[in-house]
Amino acid sequence: MIGEDDVRYVARLARLRLEQDEMRRMTAELAKILAHIDKMSELDTSAVPPTAHVLDLVDVTRADRVEPGLSREDALRNAPAVADDSFRIPRMG
Amino acid sequence: MTAATDAIVRGATRDWEPVIGLEVHVELDTATKMFCSCAVTKGDPPNTHTCPVCLAHPGALPVVNQRAVEYATRIALALNCTVRPRNVFHRKNYFYPDLPKAYQISQFDEPLAVDGWFEYWVGDEKLRCRVNRVHMEEDAAKLVHAGGEAGRIAGSDSSVVDFNRGGTPLIEIVTEPDIPSPAAAREFLQQMRDLVVELGVSACTMEEGQVRWDANISVRPVGSGELGTRTELKNMNSFRFLQQALESELPRQIAVLEAGGRIDQETLHFDPDTGTTTPLRSKEEAHDYRYFPEPDLVPLVMDPAWVDEVRAALPELPAARVVRFMERYGLARADALVIGGPGALARFYEAVVAEGVDPKLAANWTMGEYLAHLNAAGLEPGHGHVTPERLAALVRLVADGVVSTSAAKDVFAKMIEERGEPADVVERHGLAQLSDVAALEAAVAEVVAGHPSQVEQYRAGKQQVLGFLVGQVMKATGGRANPKLVNDLLRTALDR
Repeated sequence: MIGEDDVRYVARLARLRLEQDEMRRMTAELAKILAHIDKMSELDTSAVPPTAHVLDLVDVTRADRVEPGLSREDALRNAPAVADDSFRIPRMG
Repeated sequence: MTAATDAIVRGATRDWEPVIGLEVHVELDTATKMFCSCAVTKGDPPNTHTCPVCLAHPGALPVVNQRAVEYATRIALALNCTVRPRNVFHRKNYFYPDLPKAYQISQFDEPLAVDGWFEYWVGDEKLRCRVNRVHMEEDAAKLVHAGGEAGRIAGSDSSVVDFNRGGTPLIEIVTEPDIPSPAAAREFLQQMRDLVVELGVSACTMEEGQVRWDANISVRPVGSGELGTRTELKNMNSFRFLQQALESELPRQIAVLEAGGRIDQETLHFDPDTGTTTPLRSKEEAHDYRYFPEPDLVPLVMDPAWVDEVRAALPELPAARVVRFMERYGLARADALVIGGPGALARFYEAVVAEGVDPKLAANWTMGEYLAHLNAAGLEPGHGHVTPERLAALVRLVADGVVSTSAAKDVFAKMIEERGEPADVVERHGLAQLSDVAALEAAVAEVVAGHPSQVEQYRAGKQQVLGFLVGQVMKATGGRANPKLVNDLLRTALDR
């Protein structure tokens, strides 16, 4: 059974800050989701290979050939802040 | 003595042996990134090679670079790994500003290749290290910290991100903990770097961080089969720092254990200024990467016939070349390792030998003056004005007695200075060996007359003095005299 500690841990991994009432609500909702997963786990899937996606495709690759990308101006258009022709972020390290 | 017995550390209570494993990352020299068609470059202005995929714009889809798979397969096969028939990419989830998707596309439980080994030399001993796995992933972007290269924004309390590197194909090689000493770890890495360079998949430039490594290390009582708790060492960006970091971590672990303490499994950061390691931030931040299959990429099925083709096309590997140099050219192992390890130097040497000169003499000049010249000038083998033909010509002048060995060193220096042919240099500077008997007899007579006491010692039976007198004649002739002739003439003069 999922508890508030689990939710707090998952929230921290996802960099989410949850208030106490949100925490309670999330715990209840996640518990329901997990119960649903448990329900699905009742199916016998021993003969079904693990499937990461539904496409019946393998080996999709491309040639090692350079194609034009974004101009620097366009690349930086979404940056919250720009310095030195780069994305500027709060100081790391 | 063996590399393993050499590595035993005497503690206060007992003898300990180190157990070391390495994780090596290699950036591939493909034209484009791992999952998009942006160019892989070095030194271009920041953020000039990006696209929606490597900037993680919503909806952008990665596609695997076929050449990166081929290059990675070359590495895996050269490390004697089994290439797995089915490859799956996974998402490795963590937040960091150099990783715009907040996950790195990597491989997890279905990697490219497993269960290989790499043989390397430590002194006269050949060691084998098992390779756990080789997998493919993408490199992170480059963070430039304020106050560092981006001095212009110093004081503004920020960092900047350059995404040119983000998404560069990266190979991770993980070894088993089979390396017996810090010195062996250094040899392992140097020789593995030679191997990867030889495969033509990466220049492994150290300054550019194209090849990087982490080490894990533990100690155990000598003879114990069990593994102790290990620590992981980071930030060792030269071979020397790797060895230093491991050498400083060994006594620390031993001291903790002998005091009855326990080693914490933690990550330590090497500080090259102090030569010591310090723990990285708290273990609270222990990673939980929540790997799951990358839904945007389909599995790769490795066709065995294609893998065989890649294997058949592998070049001669450095380890095989070293053995060939020993057998074919009669080189000692240590010399064969120096010359035969790095591909570019090996090719230069063989080009010299192909000119028909004595292989051993050619090896001495290649390892001696030529290598010193490359290091001093910061050149790669095969670059610069000393071509194989020119070095061979110089070696031939020495072998034929046209120049003495000591004069040949001057010729070599002037070949570089004047960008010239050795024969012309000899001619222009009058460096030819003096073999004119009459002239040498005069010089010998002068030295004999000038050193009566040494002459007396020699005649009294003190043979070693001869060397001193030969030296005096050499000096008098500016190093150009034919030493063998001087030797003979001196003996004749003294025995008279």
